[in-house]
Amino acid sequence: MKVTEKNGHEYRVIGTRPIRHDGVDKVTGRAQFGADVRLPGMLYGQVVRSPYPHARIKSIDTRRAQEHPGVRAIITAADMPALDTDAVAELGEGAIELKYASQLIMARDKVVYQGQPVAAVAATTRQAARDAARLIEVEYEPLPVVEDALAAMDPGAPLIHADLYTVTPGGGKAEQPSNVAKHIQYERGDLEAGFAEADVVIEREFRTAMVHQGYIEPQNATASWEADGRLTVWTSTQGAFSAREQLAQLLQIPAGRIRVIPMEVGGGFGGKIQVYLEPIAALLSRKAGRPVKMWMSRAEVFTGTGPGSPTYIRCKLGAKRSGALVAAQLYMVYDAGAFPGAPVGAGAVTALSPYRVPNFRIDGYDVVTNKPRVQSYRAPGAPQAAFAVETVLDEIAESLGMDPVELRLKNASAEGDRLVYGTPFNRIGFREVLEAVRDHPHYNAPLPERRGPYAFGRGVAAGFWFGGSLTSTVQLTFNPDGTVNLITGSVDLSGSRASLAMIVAEELGLEPHEVKPIVADTDTVGYTDVTGGSRTTYATGTACWRACQDAIAQLKVRAAQLLEADPDAVTFGGGEFWLWEEPQYRISLKEVVANLQKTGGPIVAKGIVNKLKMAPAFGAHIVDVGVDLETGKVDIVRYTAVQDVGKAIHPTAVEGQLQGGAAQGIGWALFEGYVFDGGVMRNPNFLDYRLPTALDLPMIDTVLVEVPASDGPYGVRGVGETPIVPPIAAVANAIARATGVRIRELPMSPERVWRALGGADQPASDDQAGETG
Amino acid sequence: MSTKVIVETTINGVPETFVCEPRQTLLEVLREELGLTGTKEGCGNGNCGACCVLLDGRPVNSCLVLAVEAQGREIVTIEGLAADGLHPLQQAFLEHGALQCGACTPGFLVSAKALLDAHPRPTEQQARRWLAGNLCRCTGYDKIIRAVLDAAERMQADGSAGEAALADKAEAGATGNAPQSSSRPTAGEEVRPA
Amino acid sequence: MEAFAYAAPRTVAEAVELLVGANGSARVLAGGTDLIPQLQEGRRRASLVVDVKRIPDLCVLDWNPEEGLTIGAAVPCAQVAAFPRVQQHYPALHTACTLIGSVMVQNRASLGGNLCNAAPSADSVPPLIVHAAEAVITGPGGTRRVPVESVCTGPGQTCLAPGELLVRLHLPVPPPHTASAYLRFTPRNEMDIAVAGVAAAVTLDPAEGTCAHVRVALGAVAPTPVRAIAAEEYLAGKPLTDEHLRRAAQLAVEAAKPISDVRGSAEYRRHLVTVLTFRTLRAVRDRLAGGPAARS
Ligand code: FES
Ligand code: FES
Repeated sequence: MKVTEKNGHEYRVIGTRPIRHDGVDKVTGRAQFGADVRLPGMLYGQVVRSPYPHARIKSIDTRRAQEHPGVRAIITAADMPALDTDAVAELGEGAIELKYASQLIMARDKVVYQGQPVAAVAATTRQAARDAARLIEVEYEPLPVVEDALAAMDPGAPLIHADLYTVTPGGGKAEQPSNVAKHIQYERGDLEAGFAEADVVIEREFRTAMVHQGYIEPQNATASWEADGRLTVWTSTQGAFSAREQLAQLLQIPAGRIRVIPMEVGGGFGGKIQVYLEPIAALLSRKAGRPVKMWMSRAEVFTGTGPGSPTYIRCKLGAKRSGALVAAQLYMVYDAGAFPGAPVGAGAVTALSPYRVPNFRIDGYDVVTNKPRVQSYRAPGAPQAAFAVETVLDEIAESLGMDPVELRLKNASAEGDRLVYGTPFNRIGFREVLEAVRDHPHYNAPLPERRGPYAFGRGVAAGFWFGGSLTSTVQLTFNPDGTVNLITGSVDLSGSRASLAMIVAEELGLEPHEVKPIVADTDTVGYTDVTGGSRTTYATGTACWRACQDAIAQLKVRAAQLLEADPDAVTFGGGEFWLWEEPQYRISLKEVVANLQKTGGPIVAKGIVNKLKMAPAFGAHIVDVGVDLETGKVDIVRYTAVQDVGKAIHPTAVEGQLQGGAAQGIGWALFEGYVFDGGVMRNPNFLDYRLPTALDLPMIDTVLVEVPASDGPYGVRGVGETPIVPPIAAVANAIARATGVRIRELPMSPERVWRALGGADQPASDDQAGETG
Repeated sequence: MSTKVIVETTINGVPETFVCEPRQTLLEVLREELGLTGTKEGCGNGNCGACCVLLDGRPVNSCLVLAVEAQGREIVTIEGLAADGLHPLQQAFLEHGALQCGACTPGFLVSAKALLDAHPRPTEQQARRWLAGNLCRCTGYDKIIRAVLDAAERMQADGSAGEAALADKAEAGATGNAPQSSSRPTAGEEVRPA
Repeated sequence: MEAFAYAAPRTVAEAVELLVGANGSARVLAGGTDLIPQLQEGRRRASLVVDVKRIPDLCVLDWNPEEGLTIGAAVPCAQVAAFPRVQQHYPALHTACTLIGSVMVQNRASLGGNLCNAAPSADSVPPLIVHAAEAVITGPGGTRRVPVESVCTGPGQTCLAPGELLVRLHLPVPPPHTASAYLRFTPRNEMDIAVAGVAAAVTLDPAEGTCAHVRVALGAVAPTPVRAIAAEEYLAGKPLTDEHLRRAAQLAVEAAKPISDVRGSAEYRRHLVTVLTFRTLRAVRDRLAGGPAARS
C-alpha cells in the first residue's frame, strides 16, 4: 500500500481505507454467525414464555410435552441453581444483581414481564421443539401490572419485588420496599441563587419510549455439555468473556470449564452482552447429552431481550442575557423494566457535563416496572438526556434571539472543566466540533421555501460519550512468510478487526493484509472485556500498539543476532531493523521473522490494557426536516453529522459509525417505540416497530474532526456511541423551527406532530393509541 | 407430525432434491437442511429482507415461501452470486464499506442484483425504493446506496469484460479513494404528498 | 407453525374439491405473504394448504377492448404492475400494486390474496372498487360474480363460503375521459400498513367539464374498505374545483368508521380521510388534465 495524500504526512496505513479482512466472507455468505452453527447430533431448543407481564406461576405441567415424539429434554427454573445472593454480575457495560439475572433467564415462582422464560424444551427437529413447547401447560395467577415508571413510583403502587429497597444518594437503604431501586444525585453550587441570577428560565417535561437496539440478527446460542463437565458455547455475543463469567455464575460452575466461542455478530449495540439463551441451551444440552442450538424469533427478541430505557425527564435551565448558563435542574426517571439497572447514572452525567453550569442539581431514579428488563443501547442513557437538555437549550437560544450553535459555543466544556461528578475533562474537541458545525455549508445553506403544506426547518444538537477503556488482551504470533497473526478477544461488531490490523501494520511496517486478525475464544486469548462503550479501537487498539512494541523489542534481539551486533545497537523503523551507527547494515522484519527458528525459536508478543484515561468524543448534528402540516409527517431532507474522532484509523469505518448512529437516532426520534397495553407489547414485529428504511433517510454526510485524545496511540478516540446522542434533539429542534411547535414526547410520529399542531380539537385522549411505553 | 414430501428444485444452478415438512419455510430448509446459511433470518415474517433469495429470477422473502412451493423452481441464494470472482456488487460493497455487522448484507446483495437486472441504471431514489424491504440497522444505508449505484455504473461501463477494470478499481479502493463526497440529499426533492 | 398437509392442484375443480373435502379447515395459498405469517404466529390454522399457483385459470393476466382486464387471483402484484394496460387504464390499481409491502412482497402477494385476506387496510381493494371490479368465485354450486366492494364482510372475513375459491377479477374498460388515483398514508415511506387510504376514479363529461361518474373508496378506516357515497353523489355533475374537492373530502368522512389501534387513532384517521380524499381527487384532476401522475 502506498502513502495517500488523504492521511497527511504522518502515517503510512492509519487513515487509509483498506478492504476489511472479513469482508469477502461477509459478502459471499460464508461468514459464520451464531445461528449458522451445525453440530453432529444437534438438537433444537425452544423457550416457553409468559404471556402475562405480572403473574404468579401456580404450576408447570410438562407431561404432554415430554411424550411428544422427538423431545429429548425439558427444563424449568427447578433445573437452575437458585441464587439468593446479593452478588452483582458486571457486564462491562451495565450490571445486574445475580439473583435477578437468574430470573431473567428463567422465571421462578413469579413472572415479572411478558416474554419471560418459564420453561424450555429440546427436540430432534425445530418443528418438534415448537410443537412440544405448545404442549407445556403453565397455570398463572395474574397480578396487577405496573406499566408506567411514574405510576410505579407512587407509594401505593403494587410492588414488583417485595425485597427491593431504594438505595439513597448517600448509599443508604430506604426503610420501606418500593419500585424505586435507586436514587442518585449530583449537585454543584447554589441552585436557587443560580436561577435568581438568570434572565431566562425554561422548564419542560420530556418522555421517551422504550426502544429496541433492532440488530438484524436475533439472539442465538448453541451449547454442548460434555460428559466430563466441560461446556462449550457458540454464540453471537459482544463479549465472550462476559458471557463466560455470566454462565459460570448463573450455572454455578467454574469459569475454567467453560469455553465460549464468539461467532460473527449480526449487530449488538449493547443488546448482546447480557446472556439469555446461552444458559438455557447449556442446561438443555446437559440434560439431553447432545448439543442444542436455539435462536429467537423477532417477537421473542422484542419481548424477551433488553431494550433501551424509556424515560421521563424534567429539565429546567437558566441563562443570562449573554447566553451564559447559570443554573440547571434535572429530574430524571429511567425505567429499568422488570429488574433494577436503568442507565440513569450515565444519563445524569451526560446531560450536563457538556456545558459549564456553575449551579445545578440532578436527581435520577432507577425504577422497576412490568416490562422487559432494559439493557445497554448505544450510549446508554445519553440520548434521552440530550433530548431534554438540547431541546431546552434551543428554546433558550430562541428566546434570547441567539444562534443555537453560538449559545453552545459560549457554554461548551473544554479541557479542565469538570464532569458533573467532579472529574475534570482531559483534552476534548467540543469547541472544534461546534466551530465545524458553524462553518459548515449545510448550516449556512438556505432552507427550501415552504411549498403548500410542506414547511422546512433546521435543527442542531450536540452530545458526547465517555470513551471507556476496561481490559483488553492482544497476542501476536508470526508466520514464516513474514505475516502476523493478531489474536484478540475483542468481538468484531462492525469491522474493528480491520482497524486493529491497521495499527499493527502501521507499527510493524507491514501492509494491512499481511496482518491476520483473529477473534479468539475464551480458551485461546487473555481476558478481554466486551465490545461496547466505544472501547475497541481505543483500548484494544492500544493493546495492539503495545503488543507491537513488545514484538519489536523481541525481534530486535533476533535481528541483532542476524546482524551480528549488540541488541542495543539495533533500531527499528519502516519495517526494517538497522544499526544506529552503521545504517547500511539492515534487515527487514520479514527476514527476521523468516529466521526465527534459527535464532531461538518462535516469539509471542503481547499487549495488555487495563486502564486508559477517558477519551470523550463529542459530536453535533445538523438536520433539515420537511413537515407536512396537514398530516404531521416529518421527512429528513438533509443530514450532517460532525464528530471529534481523535484520529480516524479507518475513515470509512468511522463514517459508517456516524451514519449508522444518526440513522438509529432518527428512528428513535420519528418512528420507534414499544406500544404497551397493560404491559403487553402490541407491536413486536418490524412492521409496527418501524426501523427507518432506505427510503426514509437521505445520504448522511459526515465531518471527521480530529482532536487527539490524551491517551493511547495516534490520539484515537472511540466513536461508536456518540452519534446516537444528538439526533433526537436535533430533529425535535428542526421540527420546532419548521412548525413553531415543540414536541417533547417520543416518537414524534405523524399523529403526535399533527396533534401538537392543533390538528385535533382536543389533546390526546383515550381515543389515541398509546404510543409510548 | 405431518408426512414429509420430496421436493426437486434447482439451487444456484445445481439440481437439488430435499425432503421437508409442508410447514417448513424455504428459509429454514436452505439453512438447516441444505447448509446454505448465507441466507439470514432477521424477522421470519417478511419485514426485514435478510432472507432474500431469487425464485425464478425474482427476489422474494424466503421466510414467506414454503419449501414445498419450490418444486420445479429455480432458486439463487447469496452463495450463488459470485460466479468467476466476486460479483461487481460484492466488490462495490467491500470498497465502499457498505456493511458493518454483515447480517443484512446477503439480503441486500441478492435484492440489489435483482434491481440491477431489472434497472441497470437506477436512480438513487429507485435504488432506495427497491431496497426499502431490506432493513439495515448498522449503516444508515448511505454506503449501501453508493455501492449499488457505483456497481451499476461499473457494470454499464465495463459490460461483460469488466474484470480487469474491476481489479484496477479494487486496487484504487484499497488505497484510499473511497467516496465520501459531500452530497446534496435527494430525498428533499421528494417530500411526497401523503 | 402447526403441521398441515399441502396440495397443489392443477384445475379449479380439483381445488374446489380439496376445499370442500377439508370442511372449512383448508386455506388457500397464493403469494403466502399474509397466510404464512398468520399460520406461523397461530393467528390462523389450517389442516390443509391449497397452493393455487399451478392452476392456469388463476394465473391469467389479459386485456381486451371489450371485456377489459382479467387478473387471475394468484397473479403477483409485481406482474400486475408491470402489465402495460394496467398503468394505462387503471392507475389507482397500478399504484397500489407498487405499494404493497416491499419489492420482494410484491413478487409474491396476489390481488386475490389481498382481497380474501380482507384486511381493512388492504391497499389494492379501494382501487379495485373504484375501478368497478368484479370477483369471479367458483364453488361446489357453480360460479358467481360479485362486485369487489361486496367481497369483504368484516376484518378477515369475506362472502366466500367454505369450499369457494376466488378465481379471477374483472375490471371493465374505463370510459373515455376517466382518470384514477390511489393515495395512502403511512408513517414510513414504504414497508408499512396504511393508516388510511383513498382511491378515486372520475369520468368527465368533456362537453360540460363536469363529473359524469365518480367513485371514491376508503381503506383502513372501517371494518372493510368502503365507498364514500356522499362524496361521490356530491361531486356528480360538478366541475372539479378546489372548493368542490374540499367539500367532497369532508363528506367522505361520513363513510369512515375507524377504530383506534397501534397505527393511529380514530380521530386521526378521520382527519386523514379528508386530507387524502382531497389530494387523491386533485391527483385525478391533474391526470384528467394530462398532468403528472401523482404517487402516494
Ligand atoms: S427473515 Fe424473511 S423478511 Fe425477515
Ligand atoms: S450491516 Fe448490520 S444490519 Fe446492515
